[in-house]
Amino acid sequence: MSAAELTTPRAAALEVDTPFSQQALLAQRAWHFMALMREVEDRIERKLYRQGKIVGGVYVGRGQEAIPVGTALHATPEDVLFPSHRDMAVFLIRGVPAARIFAQYMGRTGGLTRGRDGNMHMGDLKLNIVSIISAMAASVPVAAGAALALRYQQKNGIVFCYFGDGATSRGDWHEGLNFAAVQKLPVVFVCNNNQYAYSTPLSKQMAVPNVADRGAAYGIPAEIVDGNDVLAVYQAAARATAYARSGCGPFLLECKTFRMTGHSAHDAADYVPKHLWEEWAKLDPIKRLEERMLDEGWTTQRDLDSLNSRIRDEVDEAVAWAENSPYPDPETLLEGVYE
Amino acid sequence: MPTTYLEAIREGLWEEMERDPSVFLIGEDIGVYGGAFKVTAGFLEKFGEKRVVDTPISESAIVGASIGAALMGLRAVAEMQFSDFISCGFDQIVNFAAKCRYRWSAPVPIVIRAPSGGGIHGGPFHSQNPEMWFVHTPGLKVVAPASAYDAKGLIKSAVRSNDPVLFFEHKGLYRRIREELPSCEYTVPLGKAKIARVGRDLSIITYGAMVWTALEAAETLAREGIEVEVLDLRTLAPLDRDAVCETARKTSKVLLLHEDTQTGGLAGELAATLTERAWDYLDGPIVRVTAPDTPVPFSPPLEEAFLPNAQKVIEKARWLYRY
Repeated sequence: MSAAELTTPRAAALEVDTPFSQQALLAQRAWHFMALMREVEDRIERKLYRQGKIVGGVYVGRGQEAIPVGTALHATPEDVLFPSHRDMAVFLIRGVPAARIFAQYMGRTGGLTRGRDGNMHMGDLKLNIVSIISAMAASVPVAAGAALALRYQQKNGIVFCYFGDGATSRGDWHEGLNFAAVQKLPVVFVCNNNQYAYSTPLSKQMAVPNVADRGAAYGIPAEIVDGNDVLAVYQAAARATAYARSGCGPFLLECKTFRMTGHSAHDAADYVPKHLWEEWAKLDPIKRLEERMLDEGWTTQRDLDSLNSRIRDEVDEAVAWAENSPYPDPETLLEGVYE
Repeated sequence: MPTTYLEAIREGLWEEMERDPSVFLIGEDIGVYGGAFKVTAGFLEKFGEKRVVDTPISESAIVGASIGAALMGLRAVAEMQFSDFISCGFDQIVNFAAKCRYRWSAPVPIVIRAPSGGGIHGGPFHSQNPEMWFVHTPGLKVVAPASAYDAKGLIKSAVRSNDPVLFFEHKGLYRRIREELPSCEYTVPLGKAKIARVGRDLSIITYGAMVWTALEAAETLAREGIEVEVLDLRTLAPLDRDAVCETARKTSKVLLLHEDTQTGGLAGELAATLTERAWDYLDGPIVRVTAPDTPVPFSPPLEEAFLPNAQKVIEKARWLYRY
């Protein structure tokens, strides 16, 4: 799909307005987390990986930052989040320090998995973030089970379950959505449709034009939103979360975007037509938000420069902390397989 | 009134659900219908829809939802209608549930109940013994009780375990065996084998329904003056290697028996363990009686030829005794 074809949002199921006075604050928060995610991931992919300080897989969400940010800003502490591998902002919004994320990527004890696993395979039950595994869509039925537990325990939380377009080809995705729908579970399914599953374009993944179209098969309402417009994502996520919180059941939110990187750091993505890179680069979600903020008078270029410089400093410190975090002791190899 | 193996499992589940409100059941046809084998008959009426969740035919969703609920503090007991269908939920078990604790310190207290085993003319998809897929996966506990007493005590321990447990219930035992159970509450610890029969001449190490086959063979052999010790492993992972080596050191001759097929079966691991840890005590080769490496056939004469039985055990045991 070309950027020009980006579908306009469908009629909303529920209208939730954000008062104009709050929009500036919202935009500033959203900008912060998008810019921080971009800086952390740029450092990981373009510096530490190339320097050999990070080994193994590196998967980034460059160009997709609006999706985790626009959705996770709605999360309350009781909500449970299942970020996928291009949703780093979920961790940042939940308060995971960038330093611990760098340590995770470097296989140090300071990482969330203490060197047991790498990259975005991390979670923290105290923060209600559940770790993904490598098999795409495996989190979907697990997210449904978490929602079942929230209802069982009469908690107010809902579940945010993230995945890409490619994950919707797997049986787990369909089993999970169907089960969530049958049980009317409070889950918001958030799809980042970045149009490529590794090298395979959407046209080879599915025969329907939209992931959202698949919701109807399960009786799940769905909405399509411009995934490169964080304020639009935020508005759509407000409707989706309100629906899930109301007890009506799950909601499917499809965020159209584009993967502005290879599948992983080793992948030059030569299979992507050049014109798509160029078109989607113009829709960069951070640039778009900055333009809007400057237009609306919600910020100044000077403020943005100074905030960017502060983020770079924070990330410098975080990297240094991670590099000082020790590697795990091989003596601990056998620990933690069982209680 | 003696209790059957099936009733023992039901009693264990019932008691755990009464004891702990965080325990719930999930699976196909377990509520209104009471389960394909009626293990959970009456649970819906007693505990309600919230705690007895009937699901679509979605084994992966059943296991996945169990994991998600367990991460949030519940204790899920999932039923696979037949253990053969467990392969439909394989990724959730071996990649999600098994690795959570090791990867990110997240406990997954789930029990996956799986009616397994042949001898009921169920054919290739209702008779298998898939325990070794899971014994080979670190992070999972695998239990296979032989007696009603152990079935009840072990299901209660499985529910209380903070690790994922695969609980293989042998279909052929459900209504075939019964015994008086203690009226007071008890549990049986995971990871501990049990001597099912004391003997001095030869050890048969086995589990599940084959414990009864071993005991039947031991009766015949006793009449020939061969005193067989039968070790019932009860838990296959983690394996009670101390008990395995102890009986071998005592009798010096070991016959390994399982209903599962041979290659990659537990007998291979047991033989390696004995070679490493009890070699100096052995007075003969370690021998195996197992199913051959074929799918489980349907037609009765084929299935009879496939399954280990007392006669096959007796022949191997006599040979080993004379060795």
